[in-house]
Amino acid sequence: MAWVNAVIQGVLTGGLYALFACGLSLLFGVMKVVNLAHGDLAVIAGYVAIGIITATHMPVLWSVVVVVPVMAVLGYVLQRTVIQSSLNRGVLTTLIVTLGLSMVIENGLLQFFSADTRGIGAGMSLVTSSFSLGSQIQIAWLLVVIFAVAVVVLLGLQYFLSGSSYGRLIRAVADDQEAAQLSGADYRHVFGIAAALALGTVALGGIAYGMYSDLDPTTGTDTILLFAFVAVVIGGLGSLWGTLLGGIVLGVAQQIGAQINISDELLAGYLVFLAVLVLRPQGLTSRRAQT
Amino acid sequence: MNESTGGGRAGNGTPILEVRDLSVYHGQLRALDALSLRVYPGEVYAIIGANGAGKSTLLRTIAGLHHPQSGSVLFEGTDVTGLRPERRARQGIVMVPEGRRLFGSLSVEENLKVGATYARSGPWTIERVYETFDWMRDRRNQRAQQLSGGEQQTVAIGRALVANPRLLLLDELSLGLAPLIVQRIYGMLPQILETGLTVLLVEQDVSQALRVATHIHCLLEGRTTLEGTPAGVSAEQVEAAYFGLAGTAAVNGHPGEGSVS
Repeated sequence: MAWVNAVIQGVLTGGLYALFACGLSLLFGVMKVVNLAHGDLAVIAGYVAIGIITATHMPVLWSVVVVVPVMAVLGYVLQRTVIQSSLNRGVLTTLIVTLGLSMVIENGLLQFFSADTRGIGAGMSLVTSSFSLGSQIQIAWLLVVIFAVAVVVLLGLQYFLSGSSYGRLIRAVADDQEAAQLSGADYRHVFGIAAALALGTVALGGIAYGMYSDLDPTTGTDTILLFAFVAVVIGGLGSLWGTLLGGIVLGVAQQIGAQINISDELLAGYLVFLAVLVLRPQGLTSRRAQT
Repeated sequence: MNESTGGGRAGNGTPILEVRDLSVYHGQLRALDALSLRVYPGEVYAIIGANGAGKSTLLRTIAGLHHPQSGSVLFEGTDVTGLRPERRARQGIVMVPEGRRLFGSLSVEENLKVGATYARSGPWTIERVYETFDWMRDRRNQRAQQLSGGEQQTVAIGRALVANPRLLLLDELSLGLAPLIVQRIYGMLPQILETGLTVLLVEQDVSQALRVATHIHCLLEGRTTLEGTPAGVSAEQVEAAYFGLAGTAAVNGHPGEGSVS
């Protein structure tokens, strides 16, 4: 029964990891950019939510409605300023610029908010309540809700990318930037919209993680970015639903590892990551082999 | 041997496109050397020339994909030299790029929809493209990369047409296609011209260019070597201009591929 429990908890945690990963995957798919500041931006979203809740006593879930659009706008602006100008100078430059951005954010948060950990919605019934399956399995409502949010976000992204005019432009620009320009599309604007989507989704991830666990200035790189990256690689680079599959595989591996020995939780996740890299480097869902 | 630009075409009013003293470099290499030309409304203006003559560079510079070192590009009397390619496309300069360059993971219809996103108003709609190229409707949900080369070229033309260009730039339509397919694609030109647009095309296949063009312009090493109407130039002149035989007409005199009747 303990193993069944581990698998269920792992699958549900996969939803959280998918929220971390889908924006990273989207940006990579469209711009071929690995945004190393992705996790730190999620932490910013969490801190902004905490700030809003503290200042206005707004209900936690309402803060989401404010923070997600704010982060989306920040994503667009960051893309059109810092990231776009680095894109023109090659892939390595973009890596270095986003790494720099990550360091600035992390140290900025340390400077202004100290290294204290902060949670979101402590004591809220959503955060504390759970239900039982049988006598041995306890499932937290929060994880179920986060998983559902992840599925809705992925469905929404898929619908947007396949059905809307901007979604079509995003896929067109991913295929051929120059041909998109010749059709009248400003790819910088299209990149900005993709970055807005990516930051909107990772803002949800940051707030969700703040409720599920705690945030501190280093959570962005040592947890969110790392798990996002692993989920993207396991699922297949650039694949949207692959991020959920990758997140679930990572979550289940961690929970089973923890079941064997509580200190093996992270190790088990990375062992699976390594195994996928060796045996199926294109990821579980990708049809094309990486070159 | 340069004929005066626009000779015999003065009745057509102001040019839709004017290129003035355009010089473009790829690094150290001079691709275009102070090139000038005028395209008048309703023309099929063909740029011919050997590999590396600067034909594609010229078209890409007009579309905004290359920046000239000097000179200017005027579209309908307005200087567009500093405009980005997407701005020029929205104003009516639309290019079908060399090698088709469809959005491979998008369906045929999605390719057309992208082309129509920033369209000017005009006669061309996706529906009209389907009426003109009737096979396309049945295969509109197929991915572009699954089409044959000729089909892809037709979709690429359709994608440009739905933007309702005033000036359509066609870059090497015949590249990599079977001669029969090339003839069929060029055979569609009259239907396209009916809707009142102007065509500027680049073609390595000289006989093909001479068949469809109302005006030809031969380039060699980034300079003009011959300009005129297909009827007004002889095969020998074309051959001399194409290969750069120092202005002398057809030294060895065997009729090249550019035979004019």
